[in-house]
Amino acid sequence: MKHALKPSQYAILIAIMLTASVGDSLLARGMAQMGPMDIHHLGRLLLHAPFNPFVAAGIVLLIGFFAAYTTALSWADLTFVMPATAFGYVVIALLGRFWLHEHLSATRCVGIALIVCAVGFVAGGPSRTEHPKLDRMDAGLGPL
Amino acid sequence: MTISPVLHIWLSISFVAALAVLGEVLIAAGMRQLGDLDDIRAVGGLSSAIIAVLTNARFVTGSLCMAANFFAMLYALSIANLSLAGPGIAALTYIGNAFAAKIYLHEKVDKRRWMATLFVAMGVFLLTR
Repeated sequence: MKHALKPSQYAILIAIMLTASVGDSLLARGMAQMGPMDIHHLGRLLLHAPFNPFVAAGIVLLIGFFAAYTTALSWADLTFVMPATAFGYVVIALLGRFWLHEHLSATRCVGIALIVCAVGFVAGGPSRTEHPKLDRMDAGLGPL
Repeated sequence: MTISPVLHIWLSISFVAALAVLGEVLIAAGMRQLGDLDDIRAVGGLSSAIIAVLTNARFVTGSLCMAANFFAMLYALSIANLSLAGPGIAALTYIGNAFAAKIYLHEKVDKRRWMATLFVAMGVFLLTR
């Protein structure tokens, strides 16, 4: 298993945590500004939503999230990257508490603590399982 | 044959989670097949890295599964409360991903990663309720 991550790879993991959570928050704020819509007016939604600045910024951040997520999967295991994506929920809860002044219940605090522990478990371990044989077969080079 | 509403809801939640697991595992398999994108970018530039990703069959199939997952989630939310569907789908997806990564991607999911998966599933369940 591969151990050390480069600083740029830590930056990608932080980008995963921040872009998903902030992107979702911006989308939620933009859609709230647009008011309720029903399924029969999807065309109106698709035409108008991207021009709302919050929705547009949210879409850009979520595209950034997908790019960062796929990049991370090119050098790390899925089970290593998963807790990083989950940490986005913690960022959303903290944004809600300190930016929107929402109430943070004891149950949610326990949830935050569990996810932080999970990130700690994984961050201390290796990022990638090496499979020389499978990787060679994937590359079309045949078995060793 | 009719099924009970509760079973209908849980079948829908399980289907959404299964699509998410399938999509994420296929995307992860595609990215593993390509190798480190930084290396591809260093050789052929950013455009060759983007082309390599977008022409990878596993990645494209995984992305289609994620798109199907989005529409299946809309259906699940139309028959179940968000307070049940949200945490249920998230928790099942994290646990399913760990099993799929071990079985299909042959990742070494040691005790530390199983603990992390369980903590994430429980944490997301509590946070999103």
